[in-house]
Amino acid sequence: MKILVPIKRVVDYNVRVKVKSDGSGVETEGVKMSINPFDEIALEEALRIKEAGNAEEVIVCSIGNKDCQQQLRTGLAMGADRAIHVVTDGSVQPLAAARVLLKLIEKEGPEIVFLGKQAIDDDNSQTGQMLAALWDRPQATFASKVELSDGKATVTREVDAGLETLEVDLPAVLTSDLRLNEPRFVKLPDIMKAKRKPLDEIALDELDVEAAARLELTAYEPPPKRSGGRILESARELVDELKNKGLL
Amino acid sequence: MPATSDDFVSLSKTGSRKLPTPPQQKNHGNFIVSLGAMCAWLAPKAEALGVDLFPGFAAADLSYDDDGAVQGVIIGDMGVDREGKEKDNYVQGIEIRAPITVLGEGARGHLTKRAIKKYDLAADADPQTYGIGMKELWKLPAGRVKPGHIQHTIGWPLPSEIYGGSFVYHMDKDRVAVGFVCALDYKDPDFSPFEAFQQFKHHPMMRELLEGGEILSAGARAIVEGGYQSLPKVEMPGAILIGDSAGLLNVPKIKGTHQAMKSGMLAAEQIVESKSSQGFDARLRNSDIMAELKKVRNIRPGFHKGLWRGIITAGIETATAGKLPRTLSNHADYQQYRKRNGHRFDYEFVDRDLPPRDRLASVYFASTEHDENQPIHLKIVEPDVCFTRCEEEYGNPCTRFCPASVYEKVEDEGGKRIQVNAANCVHCKTCDIADPYQVIEWVTPEGGSGPNYINL
Repeated sequence: MKILVPIKRVVDYNVRVKVKSDGSGVETEGVKMSINPFDEIALEEALRIKEAGNAEEVIVCSIGNKDCQQQLRTGLAMGADRAIHVVTDGSVQPLAAARVLLKLIEKEGPEIVFLGKQAIDDDNSQTGQMLAALWDRPQATFASKVELSDGKATVTREVDAGLETLEVDLPAVLTSDLRLNEPRFVKLPDIMKAKRKPLDEIALDELDVEAAARLELTAYEPPPKRSGGRILESARELVDELKNKGLL
Repeated sequence: MPATSDDFVSLSKTGSRKLPTPPQQKNHGNFIVSLGAMCAWLAPKAEALGVDLFPGFAAADLSYDDDGAVQGVIIGDMGVDREGKEKDNYVQGIEIRAPITVLGEGARGHLTKRAIKKYDLAADADPQTYGIGMKELWKLPAGRVKPGHIQHTIGWPLPSEIYGGSFVYHMDKDRVAVGFVCALDYKDPDFSPFEAFQQFKHHPMMRELLEGGEILSAGARAIVEGGYQSLPKVEMPGAILIGDSAGLLNVPKIKGTHQAMKSGMLAAEQIVESKSSQGFDARLRNSDIMAELKKVRNIRPGFHKGLWRGIITAGIETATAGKLPRTLSNHADYQQYRKRNGHRFDYEFVDRDLPPRDRLASVYFASTEHDENQPIHLKIVEPDVCFTRCEEEYGNPCTRFCPASVYEKVEDEGGKRIQVNAANCVHCKTCDIADPYQVIEWVTPEGGSGPNYINL
């Protein structure tokens, strides 16, 4: 069984994100970039499935410019067997990403496509769901536990009311939630080994997919600044204040 | 960004007076760059030449062979909890061996510190002396920044007995880098370098520049100021010291990058030519690097007796190009504190309203990150000292010199203790240097922890 893990290069979660002064996007110059943390969790789970003897190969893939290869190499250092880089300098929206991934599925024939539930840059949470629809296969999103047996995946997912358990036939699309696992640290010798693992490049144009942006981003704005808080003396004062503001 | 003009200004609380720019501080032909951004630009170029870089792995200790020579470094373990127990994701650190290990870890490198002790490398040198530099990158309203302009100040808010001053670099995209350096041999244990920096920003001249702007990032780092007299032996069996690990910063120039680069090149020549650390000390001492340090050797210690006598010494030393047959001595910073004895020094400080409000607000701009569940990487070796002697004699200066508010005095059922908020640490090394009893030891946290500076 093959597992395909798409990963996205995003601004590192420790970085304080700044909106560009002209409002055209988010500042990425000189900013630390990483694998989207949910994708890293998906990759970790795929590797554990392989290490438990339930998969033969884990393929990591990404869509974007040359810089994505840093994240693919990290994925290889974590333990993925090979990488596929779909090269494009343009921005890739969820539907386009799903279409590209479908092409890779047709090529590679994975039993599981394991994505992060969302990317922490645009927080769309759409690619996995769209991919399942295009592929016409089951989906189990927001997984916090995954068990495999007899061509099925039993997936526990975190929903508002508690935990929900789904059983899906493979092949299927799975997406990872935060509590699925804690990704491993990359070992230094594995970084060296990762340099020799295969990384195939495919130009986006060669895949013959409709990748043009469907949504136009008109402006980025930072959230409005909060005005300073005040410390009140008593609960009485608080009630008065709330009444004055018409909140009670 | 090419440097276009230099100002050297002496400040009083409300006034300012332009002085002639000292020749060492003239920047014509220099460029203003973010060193962080430059390193990020350089890294892929080095990798393209076949250099392996391993960011995120901390060299926790030196490894020695049977004869006691350095044979490489040991990477710290990852995935260890606060009590030192292995977590599920535990990874043991590996040892990396090398024929020659080059230590370039910046000022007060923790491996360098161990090597200097083990091989007694500083036996023939003066004590090393340091300063703390703090820096903020600001974005200002359009039209205020004069790209390429550089300003240095001396004077207010520092009293004459504290050596230090400010820098302001006007950059592109409406950005200025504003910073302040204080020598760590200040005598008043109640002094706070961070507060001095924030005060400086409220001088009318600076306030006019900064008001209405916003901070993009902030950081702090100890810098090495001992120069010529304090240079330890830079070779030992199996290893050599370069850059600020050796201590090559040129103080009147306030620059060490060019010296670090040159010493790196010398190290490369040494390794290629002799494949041994032996002879590197002589090679460095016979180089331009050392000639440059020798010329300015008396300027920094000239300030031990206050600002104005320091300026006179600097003038003489500059005019004679350091040829006078005298070498002033450096002293160990931590031994300079005056005991408190109830006395408080009165600073001419003003009320502040520019950000950051306090040190915690400042650390936010450093984006520093440490997994909370890891061993504390700032070790107080003899915690008894804190409340038996230090509190009484110096009032626990660690709670003031740390620019990130790592050290906090708390009192609870268990009595008084120093709480170490290690997750705030920006790895500046000041505590390791400036603690009056030398009981704080900075060791490497889990690899990948620390500040995430952007364009600083």
